Amino acid sequence: MKVRAQIGKVLNLDKCIGCHTCSVTCKNVWTSREGMEYAWFNNVETKPGIGYPKDWENQERWNGGWSVKSGKLQPKAGGKWRLLAKIFANPDLPGIDEYYEPFNYDYQRLHNAPDSKHQPVAKPFSALTGQPMDKIVWGPNWEEILGGEFEKRSKDYNFQNVEKEMYGQFENTFMMYLPRLCEHCLNPTCVASCPSGAIYKREEDGIVLIDQDKCRGWRMCISGCPYKKIYYNWQAGKSEKCTFCFPRIEVGEPTVCSETCVGRIRYLGVILYDADRIKEAASTASEQDLYEQQMRVFLDPHDPEVIKAARAEGIPESWLEAAKRSPVYKMAMDWKVAFPLHPEYRTLPMVWYIPPLSPIQSAADAGALENDGLIPNVKNLRIPVKYLANMLTAGDERPVIRALERMLAMRRFKRSQTIEGKPDYAVLEQVGLDEAMVEDMYKIMAIANYEDRFDIPTGHRELSTDDPYGERAGCGFSFGDGCHTQSGGSTGTDIFGGKPARRRAFPAKVEFKVRKTEEQS
Amino acid sequence: MTYINELLFGVFPYIAGAVFLLGSLVRYDKSQYTWRTGSSQMLSNDRLFLIGNNLFHIGIIALFFGHLFGLLTPTFVYTSIGMTTGAKQVIAIFAGGFFGLICLAGILILAYRRTFNPRVRRTGSKMDMFILYLLFAQLLTGLASIPVSTGHLDGEVMVRITMWAQSLVTFRPDAATYLMDVHWIYKTHVFLGMLMFLVFPFTRLVHIWSVPYGYIGRAYQVVRRRAV
Repeated sequence: MKVRAQIGKVLNLDKCIGCHTCSVTCKNVWTSREGMEYAWFNNVETKPGIGYPKDWENQERWNGGWSVKSGKLQPKAGGKWRLLAKIFANPDLPGIDEYYEPFNYDYQRLHNAPDSKHQPVAKPFSALTGQPMDKIVWGPNWEEILGGEFEKRSKDYNFQNVEKEMYGQFENTFMMYLPRLCEHCLNPTCVASCPSGAIYKREEDGIVLIDQDKCRGWRMCISGCPYKKIYYNWQAGKSEKCTFCFPRIEVGEPTVCSETCVGRIRYLGVILYDADRIKEAASTASEQDLYEQQMRVFLDPHDPEVIKAARAEGIPESWLEAAKRSPVYKMAMDWKVAFPLHPEYRTLPMVWYIPPLSPIQSAADAGALENDGLIPNVKNLRIPVKYLANMLTAGDERPVIRALERMLAMRRFKRSQTIEGKPDYAVLEQVGLDEAMVEDMYKIMAIANYEDRFDIPTGHRELSTDDPYGERAGCGFSFGDGCHTQSGGSTGTDIFGGKPARRRAFPAKVEFKVRKTEEQS
Repeated sequence: MTYINELLFGVFPYIAGAVFLLGSLVRYDKSQYTWRTGSSQMLSNDRLFLIGNNLFHIGIIALFFGHLFGLLTPTFVYTSIGMTTGAKQVIAIFAGGFFGLICLAGILILAYRRTFNPRVRRTGSKMDMFILYLLFAQLLTGLASIPVSTGHLDGEVMVRITMWAQSLVTFRPDAATYLMDVHWIYKTHVFLGMLMFLVFPFTRLVHIWSVPYGYIGRAYQVVRRRAV
């Protein structure tokens, strides 16, 4: 057992209102720069739809994620030699038009247009060429609230094995929001396909980052990531990705998208996992077993054996305590209402999703509710269970049904308790919950106070440096060259004998050592 | 004339070589963020580019190694295995011609794209354009030297050029004299080659240093521990 800790994340899709606040705040903080205009580390898609970049879920087309070939796990795009053979021109790389051509509006024209019969308009112009654009044809939320024809949106990969024609009719149509960001996977394909070894997972908190100095722009990560959440900065020639707002996480604050989520759908908490089990779990033969297998990689934070092993790995005490309180662990493991996004990609993603409930479809048709005992049959929900299962459990409907039933039961129970005044314990029994559990669920999922959503232990920077005093007044976050610091922040003297501004070891450590020995003697 | 010859082929190569090595080192050390392939694939990602860029790279890598071994292998090495200088020249002509044409096909596509595709042109730098056309010119002079070479198949000129290269890398003062009387097309080719070394650290060509051979041997997953 090799215990590692990660800040995991859950998004409660049942409460997402599709306001895009997460996307916009993320954009303002991280990607409002030349070369990254088209990139959204976080975007919200309306489902069903083909998304951004177009058709991203279809790995037959983009070759992202992993495949198991005769029991051996390797990137779907091919083994190492095969990947290197594609290095000159990556055939799986989405062109920028698959995302959208970045544009600005010519607002100045509203000020300086000459007199004319018609009101002047601010025309869009391309951020790539500076030329006017006739039409804007795609974007990070192009299919917003079922925009566009069903015919096109129904190419959605999650419609596999779903009789989709009927959902094109107005009466049967359904939709949901899917906010997407980097999954900070346990078995990331971006890391595995980076020829330079520039992408890495941080041991202490699981955040996957790209070393901007070491990235050489070979572009294999972009196609390797099945979620298409690595973006090529065409200006800098480097890949960039969601950083999980690591400077905030390190000081115990939630990511910007989580902090600003007005629907309070985002949860952050510690997950302990066994790094030794990752490969085995990701190599599972059946795609539908991957969800179960990933849960087996997670470790019980209350288990004394786990705690002992975690301490041996040097995981700080505050992290072990946070792991016990983790809302993410509760939703994924205790209540089993959260699921990984597309586990069949075999990346073991660490941003999980609670499937959304939806209105009862048959109520309108039949005029009466068909009840499955005490709660409505989830098969009657407007969003087909199969569709959700294709998204969250590689098509296995049973776990999704259980989650939806538990959420319905929670509603039913709280309704009976607070409105009818007679708590309905039978409904809890039906879905395998007890009262303490459902009260906790209610507190965390329904009320969702700030401190219940985010339980983030600070990063213990003191463990990452042997000289915190020398770090003071240093360089903060920087892109590559900002402060002439190399990755890790500590370079020796450079070729011209200079020292980076950041590190000032004072007083010299030698003196400490000498004084110590003097005191001892 | 001798003075210019000495300057271009005796002194300039050292200046170019020094700038090449030191410049690369300084850029790597001081500005690694700028050390990248500079790919524009995602801006215009059609089938033609896929083919063109592969042809270009396959051709130019073969040409690079062909030149490296052809120029720096001492004459006695291949004469001792029974190969005449004439035979070596014929091999060089065929191999160079073959990969030269592959490279030419590629670079034609790339040059067309960089010149006429508005996205690539507007987002690329002047240096990108310059280095591409420098490579283009270098390739053309290389190919143009083939008809000249077929006029003298005894390998004598080739030996002189290899002697020049070997004298340079072994720091002999008379290197430039070997090139005194060769055809101007060779001189142009050699000069452009040296020029390429000179500008190398200031272009996207630095990515050549970073051939990711380490990828083959490494584990798929990379986990970094806290830096202490």
